[in-house]
Amino acid sequence: MIRVVLPPHLRTLAHVKGEVTLDVPGQITRGAVLDALEARYPMLRGTIRDHVSEQRRPFLRFFACERDLTHEPPDAPLPDAVASGAEPFLVIGAIAGG
Amino acid sequence: MSGVRVLVGTRKGAFILTADGKRERWNVSGPHFAGWEIYHLKGSPVDPNRLYASQTSGWFGQIIQRSCDGGKTWETPGGGMTKTPDGMPAGESNKFVYDTSPDSGRPLTTHQWYDGTQHPWEFKRVWHLEPSLTDPDAAFAGVEDAGLFRTSDGGKTWLELAGLRGHGTGPKWQPGAGGMCLHTILLDPSDPKRIYIAISAAGAFRTDDGGKTWKPINRGLHSQYIPDPDAEVGHCVHRIALHRSRPKVLFMQKHWDVMRSDDAGDSWREVSGNLPTDFGFVIDVHAHEPETIYVVPIKSDSEHYPPEGKLRVYRSRTGGNEWEALTKGLPQRDCYVNVLRDAMAIDSLDTCGVYFGTTGGQVYLSADAGDSWTPIVRDLPAVLSVEVQTLR
Repeated sequence: MIRVVLPPHLRTLAHVKGEVTLDVPGQITRGAVLDALEARYPMLRGTIRDHVSEQRRPFLRFFACERDLTHEPPDAPLPDAVASGAEPFLVIGAIAGG
Repeated sequence: MSGVRVLVGTRKGAFILTADGKRERWNVSGPHFAGWEIYHLKGSPVDPNRLYASQTSGWFGQIIQRSCDGGKTWETPGGGMTKTPDGMPAGESNKFVYDTSPDSGRPLTTHQWYDGTQHPWEFKRVWHLEPSLTDPDAAFAGVEDAGLFRTSDGGKTWLELAGLRGHGTGPKWQPGAGGMCLHTILLDPSDPKRIYIAISAAGAFRTDDGGKTWKPINRGLHSQYIPDPDAEVGHCVHRIALHRSRPKVLFMQKHWDVMRSDDAGDSWREVSGNLPTDFGFVIDVHAHEPETIYVVPIKSDSEHYPPEGKLRVYRSRTGGNEWEALTKGLPQRDCYVNVLRDAMAIDSLDTCGVYFGTTGGQVYLSADAGDSWTPIVRDLPAVLSVEVQTLR
């Protein structure tokens, strides 16, 4: 299971508390995790990446394992610790989300 | 038993203020969507419990919220809530994509940037929601960068009426200080195919065929801040209002100048008269007196607060030109708030109520058509929009 930590406003929007856990098929990449997240919580479509271009929204960043993965390609494998569920994948609002 | 429900959008959430027809004791509900900018929320005239809200954020983009119980509960419209295996509710956020299809769409052009160069057309947010006069599942959305969208399924899907953006003058449109927004949508109650809209800074437009084709209706407007002050487009119209009994008579608060049209916008004449400044954002019409109109004069250029630090609503009972200051109950010293374009509303009770919200977080009410004012609330976040529903 992949663990995802959302910023507070998106947790409210998705009606979830705490971490989200997802089954992600295939290789564990940022794109695959976001695909699974949006499939499970369709109200999040458009809030993390653009509806059409799938580009990251400019004021959001992605962290994991104390690394900044924001500018990694969306199809790059995430760290093993994220793939194994040992560490969460964090979606962070820039400047603490306002 | 009659009553009113005031819908307030602020920089940090939505608030719903309710009272009975006396409008003396108020219940305040909120913040709804705490922390998000709520540019506008408005109820359906057909089903007053059906509300639509524009929830937006620089971080997370645009969400449309819908309530079917007068604002007690909300949902993101998604074709009916479904349950995932672990019981989480699912919906679908809302997608505003300009229509560039060969059949119904228009190619995305550029628009003018502040410095006159061309700039890509990009969706940013919904400024204004205008529910249909006949169908609670239908509504229009005015967006930044300027475009007009329509839903016919209660907000689940939004389709652009691309004829407006494709009018051909798009490269001459430019953003105002708040962005290039379509902020005013007026539906003609006597003609379902006629819609008026206004864009900062492009001007006013009208369709007579339900949104397929549009014509600029800016003849008579004069704006020194564009190369040709009398140009067909490029004017920074801040707000338009009409009285439902006389939908061809329009009143406009422009960047400067208060204007009036008696021919559905085909021509305009200035009616600023004795106003202390003819800059401002809001303009609205008395519910029962079509020649009685209200504005809140504001200093410009970038000062954007009331002249002399005195918050004054001005009322004309003659459809413009002759204005009286309404000050009773409003701060008459050290007041430096603004009243934004969507932040005035009028109820239709027998003694017409006038409401407006300020960037200082006050929402003022006059229950006697402007003669005296009292704050309903004083300390909300900066108010972006005010709407009122008259409940009977």
